[in-house]
Parts: sequence; structure tokens; C-alpha cells
Amino acid sequence: MTYKTDMGRVKGLGTAKEGTHEWWIGRLTSVALIPLTLCFLWKVAPLIGGTHAELLAAFQSPFTAITTILFIMIAFVHLAGGLQEVIVDYVHGKAMLVVLLVSTKLVCWGMGFAGAFAVAKIAFGA
Amino acid sequence: MADVNRGKRPLSPHISIYRPQINSITSIINRITGVAMSLAAVLIVWWLLAAATSASYFDFVNGLLTSWFGLLVMFGSLWALWFHFLGGIRHLVMDFGVGYDIKSVDFWGKAIIVLSLILTAASIYCLSTF
Repeated sequence: MTYKTDMGRVKGLGTAKEGTHEWWIGRLTSVALIPLTLCFLWKVAPLIGGTHAELLAAFQSPFTAITTILFIMIAFVHLAGGLQEVIVDYVHGKAMLVVLLVSTKLVCWGMGFAGAFAVAKIAFGA
Repeated sequence: MADVNRGKRPLSPHISIYRPQINSITSIINRITGVAMSLAAVLIVWWLLAAATSASYFDFVNGLLTSWFGLLVMFGSLWALWFHFLGGIRHLVMDFGVGYDIKSVDFWGKAIIVLSLILTAASIYCLSTF
């Protein structure tokens, strides 16, 4: 039995306080990814299965290099947000939740940076 | 009064009692395709890192991506990408508050499934030709 009122008991609960910001970043990155995904499918996807020399030559184009770097970095920010949304929906238990939220975000940032670095290194002459 | 019926309140009906509808199906496919593309995203980064390292390392990773299993993952992810792409655009449109009537929801739900398959087939054709 608690003597708190209904209002007193629920105040401050039920919201992560940053929901609108996360939602907005999701929309912002999705809009950016529309043209970037098409550029990636157009310029980079055909290089899968090709030769190393063809790939090096393709990334000499600033357009291909820049759109690919943007695609990779923004895609991983979008993925980090999406995975966070899935994790908070399905994972219960504080310890597991924190471990998964921290690890997915760090891995996504690491992957985004690694992909961007790889493209930059090729573009500047691997 | 604050503790009345605490812990015995009815829960929101569990998902299993609902009949699947086109909008719930496209919703969960959008989520599954998003999560599933994590694998392809990591593979593409690995592939680019290999290309930035050496020709022989690139040939190794490139060979993995174009093995029968690699191609299965790549073509599966291509469909996931097109579905998530179309589903995402649909979400952005619906954020403006349009397309919520039942006719539109049913039509566009089916349309993005069909369109994603057409775009996947078309892009596999383009990728294998050029």
C-alpha cells in the first residue's frame, strides 16, 4: 500500500525523455539514405565480384567516393537507431539491455568509421 | 485508492490473438529486413577494408561474397534493401498524415511487396548484365 497519489506515482515514468530526438534522427537519416542508397546500388554494388583494379579505379571518382562514405556513415547511424528501437522493445532486464544498447552503438560507430576510412584510403591511393 | 487492482489490471491483448493483416505484416517485415541487413552491412565494410588492404585479401573476401552462400546473402539483402527502401518512403509519406484510410493501407501494403520483388529482379538483371 502506498499513500502516493496516482499522479505522483507515474510522474517521470514511461518516457526516455529523448524519444522525439531519436525519432527525428531516424527520419533525417532515412531521407538522406534515399539518394545515397541509389548511388550505392548504381556505383558500388556492380563492383562486387569484379577485380581489385576495377574497384580502385571506381573510387578515383570523387562522386563515388563521397556518396559511398556518406552512405556508409549515415547507414550505420540509421542502423544504430533501428537496432536500439528493436532492443528496447524486446529485451527485458536492465543488465542485458544496457550491454546490448552500448555494444550495438559502439559496433555501429566503429563499422561506420572503418568503412569510411577504407573508402578514403582507396580514394587517396591505397 | 491508488493501489486498487494493482498488478491485476488487464494487459493489452497479445499479438497472437490478432489475425495478421497486410499492415501488420509489412510493419514486421520492415523491422526484420532492417535488422537482417546488419549482416550485409558488416560484409560490405569488410569487403571495402580488404580492398584498402591488398589485392590478395580483396580477392579472398570478394570470393566469399560471390560464393553461392555469399550471393544468397547479397541477393537476399538486395530484396531486404528494396523492401526497407519502399517501406521507409511509405513511412515518410504517412508521417505527413496521408494514406491512412483502409483502401490506401491495403493497396500500398501489397504494392510495396510486389514492387520490392520487381525491383530486386530488375537490379539482379542489371548487375549480371553490366
